[in-house]
Amino acid sequence: MIWELDFIILTLVIFSGIAAITVKDLLSAAILFGAYSFMMCLLWAIMGAVDVAFTEATVGAGVSTVFFVAAVFHTTRDSKD
Amino acid sequence: MGVELFSDIASKYNYLGVVILMMIGLYAMIAKNNLVKKIIGMNIFQTAIILFYVSTAAKRGATIPIIRHGHNGHGHEVIHAAEYINPLPHVLMLTAIVVSVATLGVALALAVKVYHQYGTLEEDEIRGQLRNK
Repeated sequence: MIWELDFIILTLVIFSGIAAITVKDLLSAAILFGAYSFMMCLLWAIMGAVDVAFTEATVGAGVSTVFFVAAVFHTTRDSKD
Repeated sequence: MGVELFSDIASKYNYLGVVILMMIGLYAMIAKNNLVKKIIGMNIFQTAIILFYVSTAAKRGATIPIIRHGHNGHGHEVIHAAEYINPLPHVLMLTAIVVSVATLGVALALAVKVYHQYGTLEEDEIRGQLRNK
């Protein structure tokens, strides 16, 4: 495990997580959550969990983002918080 | 000595990151008013727990859990467990990721149903409509 890389990616994960729950637009929140999942996938590849990284890249960053975008298009983009 | 101490702390900060992500998820689930934001918080919480389990599997100076010379050797090499990352938490968390996308699908389907019923995704407006009924 390369800990410098791990530290940078973990910081990016935390900041994109905070951004995903603070942004007002729900479509932006969905895309930021996709970025969060992809950063998490990189983190697992760094930590040697390659199978988990593959599954996260397809299921977490791919399917979850599609679900969120579909849900936002079936409802509304606006959010009060 | 200084470098060793620093790398000792560096190998533990993953757990600090787990706690921070867990608190972000818990805050979003409790304090956010929008249903989609709550669902995002639930997913962040789940990934924090998965990160905790994968962090427990990591070892310093170890490689990914595929046996060296496993496919063309004669099977006589001694295998040291300290040379490989522990694959058991990875397999458990593989199941957790699939379960998390299933719960995400159900939660978003329920949110879409709630929106079609009440015309809003904000929790306080839904409560207000239920109170006025």
